[in-house]
Amino acid sequence: MKKTSSLLNAFSAVIKRDLLLAYRFRAELINPLAFFVMVITLFPLALGAEITLLKRIAPAIIWVAALLASLMSIENLFRADYDDGSLELMVMTPHPLSILVLAKVIGHWLISSVPLLFIAPLMGMMLHMETDIIGVLMLTLLLGTPVLSLIGGIAVALTLGLRKGGALLAILVLPLYVPILIFASSAIDAAMTGFAISGHLSMMCAILFLAITLTPLPTAAALKMSLS
Amino acid sequence: MFMRFIYKFSSPPYFYAISAKMLPWLTVLFLVLLGYGLYGGLVTAPADYQQGDSFRIIYVHVPAAWMSMFIYVVMAISGGIGLVWRIKLAEIVSISSASVGASFTFLALVTGSLWGKPMWGAWWVWDARLTSELILLFLYLGIIGLYSGIEDKRTASRAVAILALVGVVNIPIIHYSVEWWNTLHQGATVTKLDKPSIHIDMLIPLLFMAGAFKVYYFIALLLRSRNELLEREQNAKWIDELLENVK
Repeated sequence: MKKTSSLLNAFSAVIKRDLLLAYRFRAELINPLAFFVMVITLFPLALGAEITLLKRIAPAIIWVAALLASLMSIENLFRADYDDGSLELMVMTPHPLSILVLAKVIGHWLISSVPLLFIAPLMGMMLHMETDIIGVLMLTLLLGTPVLSLIGGIAVALTLGLRKGGALLAILVLPLYVPILIFASSAIDAAMTGFAISGHLSMMCAILFLAITLTPLPTAAALKMSLS
Repeated sequence: MFMRFIYKFSSPPYFYAISAKMLPWLTVLFLVLLGYGLYGGLVTAPADYQQGDSFRIIYVHVPAAWMSMFIYVVMAISGGIGLVWRIKLAEIVSISSASVGASFTFLALVTGSLWGKPMWGAWWVWDARLTSELILLFLYLGIIGLYSGIEDKRTASRAVAILALVGVVNIPIIHYSVEWWNTLHQGATVTKLDKPSIHIDMLIPLLFMAGAFKVYYFIALLLRSRNELLEREQNAKWIDELLENVK
């Protein structure tokens, strides 16, 4: 009889499996990225190509686009596992569900948000951002997008059993995204006006760690509820 | 003794019976508080030296804003109780609070913008308090949307309770982030808001109005809970007995 795997094994197995699945279905990797780029493209078309204006609002555009891209892709977090029943198996393992949920969210973040981090500087260049501001933008995205995935996970788990959860998901999630958006844009604002950014970044770190420790619990509770 | 009372009160038939007895008394209390509060606020309280009579909208606005936050906390706590101990009545109280809370939040926003137009010259200012109140309204709408989206009402109550608890953790973070965001951008307009410490003749009607709103919430909560209870328990025996008596 096979020995039961340790928690760490299970944790990394979940991440590995999700990465492998994403690699096999590469369209899923491309979708949020294409969405992100297209949303950003819409803004100069709507606002006009005035350089000073674009420079001023570029960080906000990129952040809102990242937020929407995360919202769009977060729906897939548990969907496939829910449909094929592997989520039920995860609930039945001896491991605490919240840890496995954390692994799922990390996997999802690696798949859907990390690519955005790599393309964000390019978009920043296209919107005439200064190079050092782009650095700050990347830092805030690095600290902020995991929080978006973690918070989004709660709402996804809550709406899993619903057939038309899409619009509801946005209503549930967007108010909770407000703080991270505010701190990110304040950090970038501070950088643009030459103030210190460490305070804002510390707040973002605090929110990130708070989210890592707390959000898996309601997500796990909601998953169990959706499955029962 | 107290626990026994709680236990008894949370049984649906007992709650249904006692709430029927409480409602007329509460209505009388509400009318008294409201009557005195409105008379005091609109007639006897002196006009503000700066804002004239426009300030009188605070007798609706401030209690509504207080209630909007109070109800959210009530909703989250009773939701949490329902989640842990599976008490039906707590679940019902939690969800029945949501739409009352959303209405109060909406009322606070509307009266705020009615006041803002003559005072600030704008219907809407991206002020910290206004913004966090607006986000609170979104949170309420999310809760109502989630509840109506899930067909099985007991599951829906649990989902709503989880969401409300998440919201409670988030509300301080949202509140402070919004406050910080605002003070970064436009400090001066906010500090103008700080009222000179309020005169006692203005304060007493305000407290009466706050009491009236609280009692109103209780009445609305009881009515909605009774309604929800009847809907959920429609096949229960005690409702059959109740209907027998009506006939």
